[in-house]
Amino acid sequence: MDNTANRWRTIDIVIASVLGVAFGVIFWAWGLLWNGPADAIPLPGRAVLYGVWLVPAVLGALIIRKPGAAFFTLTFAALVSVALGSSWGWTLVVQGPLEAAAAELAFAVFGYRTYRLPVALLAATLAGLAASLYDVFIWYPGTAWGSFRLPYILITAVSSLVVAGLGSVALTRALAGTGVLDRFPAGRERPAV
Amino acid sequence: MIVIEPVAAPGAPLARRNPVAKLAAALVFSVALIATLDPVAPAIAIAIELGVLPLFGVRYRVLARRAWPLLAGAAGIVVTLVLFAADRSGRVLVEAGPVTVTSGVLLTALGLVLRMLAVALPGVIVFATTDPTDLADALIQNAKAPARFAIGALAAFRLVPLLGQEWQMISMARRARGVDAGRNPLARLRLFVSTAFALLVGAIRRGTRLAVAMDARGFDAGTPRTVARRQRFTTADGLLIAGAAALAGGALAASILLGTFRPLLG
Amino acid sequence: MSAVQLRGFGWRHAGRKAWAVRGVDLRVEAGERVLLLGPSGAGKSTLLSALAGLLPEDSGEQEGTVEIDGLDPRKARERVGIVFQDPETQLVMARCGDDVAFGLENRGVPADEIWPRVDEALHRVGFPYHRDRPTAALSGGEQQRLALAGALALRPTLLLLDEPTANLDPAGAALVRRAVADAVDADTTLILVEHRVAEALPLVDRVVVLEPGGGVRADGPPAAVFAAHGDALAAEGVWVPGRIVAPRHATAPAGEPLITADRLGLPPRLAPTDLSVRAGEALAVLGPNGAGKSTLALLLGGLLRPGTGTASATAALAGRDAGTPPHRWRAPALAGRIGSVFQDPEHQFVTGTVFDELALGPRRTGRSEAAVRATVEALLERLRLAKLAGANPYTLSGGEARRLSVATALATAPRLLICDEPTFGQDRRTWRELVDLFAELRDAGHGVVTVTHDPDFVAALADRTVILERRA
Ligand SMILES: Nc1ncnc2c1ncn2[C@@H]1O[C@H](COP(=O)(O)OP(=O)(O)OP(=O)(O)O)[C@@H](O)[C@H]1O
Ligand SMILES: Nc1ncnc2c1ncn2[C@@H]1O[C@H](COP(=O)(O)OP(=O)(O)OP(=O)(O)O)[C@@H](O)[C@H]1O
Ligand SMILES: [Mg+2]
Ligand SMILES: [Mg+2]
Repeated sequence: MDNTANRWRTIDIVIASVLGVAFGVIFWAWGLLWNGPADAIPLPGRAVLYGVWLVPAVLGALIIRKPGAAFFTLTFAALVSVALGSSWGWTLVVQGPLEAAAAELAFAVFGYRTYRLPVALLAATLAGLAASLYDVFIWYPGTAWGSFRLPYILITAVSSLVVAGLGSVALTRALAGTGVLDRFPAGRERPAV
Repeated sequence: MIVIEPVAAPGAPLARRNPVAKLAAALVFSVALIATLDPVAPAIAIAIELGVLPLFGVRYRVLARRAWPLLAGAAGIVVTLVLFAADRSGRVLVEAGPVTVTSGVLLTALGLVLRMLAVALPGVIVFATTDPTDLADALIQNAKAPARFAIGALAAFRLVPLLGQEWQMISMARRARGVDAGRNPLARLRLFVSTAFALLVGAIRRGTRLAVAMDARGFDAGTPRTVARRQRFTTADGLLIAGAAALAGGALAASILLGTFRPLLG
Repeated sequence: MSAVQLRGFGWRHAGRKAWAVRGVDLRVEAGERVLLLGPSGAGKSTLLSALAGLLPEDSGEQEGTVEIDGLDPRKARERVGIVFQDPETQLVMARCGDDVAFGLENRGVPADEIWPRVDEALHRVGFPYHRDRPTAALSGGEQQRLALAGALALRPTLLLLDEPTANLDPAGAALVRRAVADAVDADTTLILVEHRVAEALPLVDRVVVLEPGGGVRADGPPAAVFAAHGDALAAEGVWVPGRIVAPRHATAPAGEPLITADRLGLPPRLAPTDLSVRAGEALAVLGPNGAGKSTLALLLGGLLRPGTGTASATAALAGRDAGTPPHRWRAPALAGRIGSVFQDPEHQFVTGTVFDELALGPRRTGRSEAAVRATVEALLERLRLAKLAGANPYTLSGGEARRLSVATALATAPRLLICDEPTFGQDRRTWRELVDLFAELRDAGHGVVTVTHDPDFVAALADRTVILERRA
């Protein structure tokens, strides 16, 4: 991991951090929604929305394409949302890195060389599994496996696949279209004017 | 809306402690409490937290304002347990269709809610008393965090309050050009999404320029960095962490002695 | 002291077919002070970035060579200090002192030397606050001075300044120029980009004019350059000193009122203000940085809800909507009546290409596609943006972005036009065209409000001025 292609440039660090900040704020707002209006859909159904929590891991990796991008982006986003006062508070400091490491694993398995759709979907799903397992054991002990835990884990994983996996790929494309990713591999293929 | 400046009296004895020490103390204290499901240990922990609050220079009113989102989370936990608890032993309190609320369920819910508060409050206290710049400095100097990442993250964090202004600017720009949603909820949602996307694009653009400006001033030039603001890790800071560990241990011990302790795994 | 050598230098930004700058052969000796001129889009900012080693290989294509003291600029960053066109994006830290110290830390300056050097740099630019002041609480002019201090603290031997006074009120601009004059000693090579030549001349001893197509148009001591090429340069868009532009005052008396502000304000940004704008008049709003001019423009433009007082439009402007205040109008109606040009052009862009940017307003107000196309093409031609129709608005040069933002407000042909600093960073040719454009609109019975720091613009166009005071 010491070759120059894998070294983070300043712009990599700053953009990963900016994504972390943006999603930290989104998490903060999303948390209010999750525990507010979305309470109308009781868990485990509400886990349909869960994928949003995992977007930065996949998005960060797809844009930065460096080892550690998934881990850094989601961990920092979790920290920012804690600093702003998230309803899960401090434990996100533990949970964030855990989910982030799960997503990172998918990119690491492919040697940080491919950043195509299947890898993104795998990363998102792993992150979703890590997140829901943590929730089930730490936050919802004493709930039934059949009626709660299994559906919760399953729904979270699917939501994560769709929202964080497909969503991040789509968002990366949309961002590349605006030209802001011109200095990243994801933004290179645009016609000249 | 979003407050990120420290809101505590900066001279308070514990607020002045090294940010890394505060962070470690809060982490030790919280993680110890995750290990139990009973209501007693978290209740003691909350009492301790509220007790040391004045030492951090945080007023109770400020804490209440910062901690209110936690209550929403607590409500979510209660609802979930009432609907899906596996163990419904104890006296039956309410029978409403398929839902049976028993004293056992409520006791578990109480334990979880108290635990959530007990675990979350230290984080609120740390961030209420810590300046982000000091935190980054201390992470670099006392926790050996990589300087480039800590400083880069710090520079990006400065954008948080600007995002609100930017949102307003984007909305005004659209309105000036004849773009609005009127009363149609679908159009509103579309406008919201496209404004959020524009905000993200703007943030990345800003970040790109920020990175150039940082490079222009020699960031990442390969020269070893020096530090202008020294952060010291003193004995008092070590004592703060040890104290947090001892207090958390005390809360758990009390719960064990009272026979209420229920380990998370087991 | 650093010497600069360019040989056949050229740079093409990624995603562009045209070269931003090309074929530049230039040598600047150590200790020289150079004013770099050229029409908008000639590549001045790009050239400065190249000298600072800030054009990453992955962001474009290079031709020829650049050397600072014989070194590649990416290796000579230690010697160079740069202040960009936009100060806001170059502040890194949350406190002013920390921001100046940032560069010193990066250079590995010993810790006990840092704070004395920070204080010295802040003192040299006349920074009025303590170094603990949050950077978020600074006005544009103060940010500019802080950015200059951040560059000076590094004791660069080559100092690059890109329009350092563009957004400042005259007093603030004089202060920054004085700070530059005091700060640049015999050991420093200075390269300054500034459209307003007259004010910059006391700082320099040599003028270099870039040719938009490529190469260097003229080079030498200011007096010699302007004597030899004065007329040609002025025609191409360079602000040759001593050439006044013929004023364009109203040919007919002003008509009926369009909008009236009654104690209109938004504490603490703007104190209550009375004002009225008539059809067929050009009103200039002046005042120091932070007086609330931009806030007033947004309030009049129906974009902000007033905190005090009211803005009321007459039937002449708003027809049946005259009873409701502008900030309650539906957006398409607003865009058809009042055009707003924001202070920062980039705040105004909402689409991905120059063409769409211009077409957006007319489409929203319900014109046919053919009419939209005709309007857009006429504007592109008139403001010399036709070649950039497919470009992303955010990649334009400072002047191009400004022209585009004015054009977007004109596209819906609103009866009232409100422009915040429409002429900053403009070359003489664009400036002249803007004056003509506004004068034509006014003579056709439109109301034109311009917020400005530009005394020449006021002299050339304004029929009436309003001066906002800065509250204590
Ligand atoms: N990041 C970029 N990507 C693509 N094109 C760019 C970029 N920056 C500048 N350009 C283009 O390069 C050309 C030169 O721009 P530059 O900013 O150097 O001009 P300038 O001489 O500083 O003009 P001004 O006086 O208006 O600031 C312009 O046509 C501009 O559109
Ligand atoms: N979005 C905002 N929120 C809070 N305060 C603001 C905001 N925008 C501007 N201000 C403050 O309001 C005051 C007036 O700002 P405004 O931008 O209207 O001044 P201005 O006269 O246009 O100055 P300049 O000549 O520098 O453009 C300033 O002190 C500024 O710091
Ligand atoms: Mg420029
Ligand atoms: Mg202004």
